[in-house]
Amino acid sequence: MYIALLICISLVLANVVIGVYSERKIAAFMQDRLGPMEVGKFGFLQIFADLFKLLQKEDIVPALADRKLFLAAPCLIFIAIFAGFAVLPLGPSEYLQGAKVEIGVFYLLAIVSIDIIGILMAGWASNNKYSLYGAMRSVAQIVSYEIPLGLSVVCVVIICQSLDLQEISFQQGIFSPEENYLFGIKALGIDVTQVGGIFTWNVIRMPFFFFLYIVFFIATLAESNRAPFDIPEAESELVGGFHTEYSGMRWGLVFLSEYGMMLLVSFLGAILFWGSWNTPFPNIGFVRLADWTSGNSGTWVGIAWGVFWLFLKAYMGVFLQMWVRWTYPRLRVDQLMYLTWKVLTPISIIFIFLSSIWRLLMI
Amino acid sequence: MTYYLLPKIIMNIWYFLTALTLLSALMTIIAKNPIHSVLYLVFTFFCISGHYVLLNAQFLMAVNIIVYAGAIMVLFLFVIMMLDLRKNMPDSKSNLTKLAGAILGGTLLVIFIGTMRKASFNQATILENYTSQTGMVESLGKILYRDYILPFELVSVLFFVAMVGAVMLGKREAGERNF
Repeated sequence: MYIALLICISLVLANVVIGVYSERKIAAFMQDRLGPMEVGKFGFLQIFADLFKLLQKEDIVPALADRKLFLAAPCLIFIAIFAGFAVLPLGPSEYLQGAKVEIGVFYLLAIVSIDIIGILMAGWASNNKYSLYGAMRSVAQIVSYEIPLGLSVVCVVIICQSLDLQEISFQQGIFSPEENYLFGIKALGIDVTQVGGIFTWNVIRMPFFFFLYIVFFIATLAESNRAPFDIPEAESELVGGFHTEYSGMRWGLVFLSEYGMMLLVSFLGAILFWGSWNTPFPNIGFVRLADWTSGNSGTWVGIAWGVFWLFLKAYMGVFLQMWVRWTYPRLRVDQLMYLTWKVLTPISIIFIFLSSIWRLLMI
Repeated sequence: MTYYLLPKIIMNIWYFLTALTLLSALMTIIAKNPIHSVLYLVFTFFCISGHYVLLNAQFLMAVNIIVYAGAIMVLFLFVIMMLDLRKNMPDSKSNLTKLAGAILGGTLLVIFIGTMRKASFNQATILENYTSQTGMVESLGKILYRDYILPFELVSVLFFVAMVGAVMLGKREAGERNF
């Protein structure tokens, strides 16, 4: 438990450094610029300079703000996001999962939804109309997008018959306790349990899951207030949205939570859809690619491979989020609500129906 | 009579959590500012979720957080923030509301005391029927979808009716503009 806690804390802290640097560089690449180049080689030290600046800044509380709530709100947001990491399995080892609870992913969705209260507190306590507008938009957005998010997670749970993320992970590889068939259909009679690799991932076990992942991805983008769903902090309309009045390290904490949320949902997406910590390479005949790239279960080598694959997949997800951010323009409020209630929610309900039928084919 | 001895630390956590629950529940009604009041209520729900964990009912804990703290309380906060607090802050409630509140609270207290006196807390019988898996999601699902499937589905119909009602109320009438 404590090992996972330490890893998660350092991961969330390191993630903001990696995230900000790569975000700047990727944004620059996409806009045909160079990005930070001055501080350190290729601007490597720019983020540390920024952090140093943040730490030195004065922690300003507006005179008419509700002082206690104003100070507490960023902490609440951070706690809500960080508590989500508690059930994530970071690798094929019991020490790499904070809490092995039966309701894993359900707990994660519940605890992450608490950050709305933090955002509302921040927006209201600032006593600033832009902040309040930002908070209200953010809450409307997050509460709405929780529905397609939750429904798409339910589809995966129907296929896997478990809420525990570690169990879902084990099912998607060569260490699977039960037999896997190609495309999940038992009637085909092609047993791929020993083949492993990409063929046992959830996206292949239930081929429609690729489209479901798109729904999931859009919903998670909105959950983490990322562009094109960044109307809560739309710079051109609301200054900074709910964190307009924050400065110094408290603003840093809000920022930390945003990047933490990005990483959290990327991990969740990788675990639920993209085979968790399992290798993408299958065993083909005597070329035992899956065995070579996943080691033996429980050994150091096996754990290292698992952690490597999971982190690779999670950071691919983060990259995807950044790519989307610098590609699409921001959605209007009514378009946002139209998308979630009239497009994503019906689609995910159809997917629940499909997954239930698929589950019957699997057994 | 054999007492089932909980580990001491769990007992201490229980005392701490109970004190915290009562304190935040009290602050909910004492707090002058409605926003603070709602936030204390959210905190009370959290403490109750903690109690669920101690009772080995993880699923209820998550449901409690996602439904009450995550959704209903957010709507509460939303509505209260929309209101102008300075205008809607009466200095003192009228005597009639005070009386009604006192009667309501008193009745509830009497009911509680009555049931607690009637209820038997025989440790032996409780331990006999005790299984640690009662609150787990699997047994809960089995009970809900096997033994109580009819009431469960009826409740979902009820929710559906409420949802349709809300959509009907919010629907644009002929000749009316929303924006």
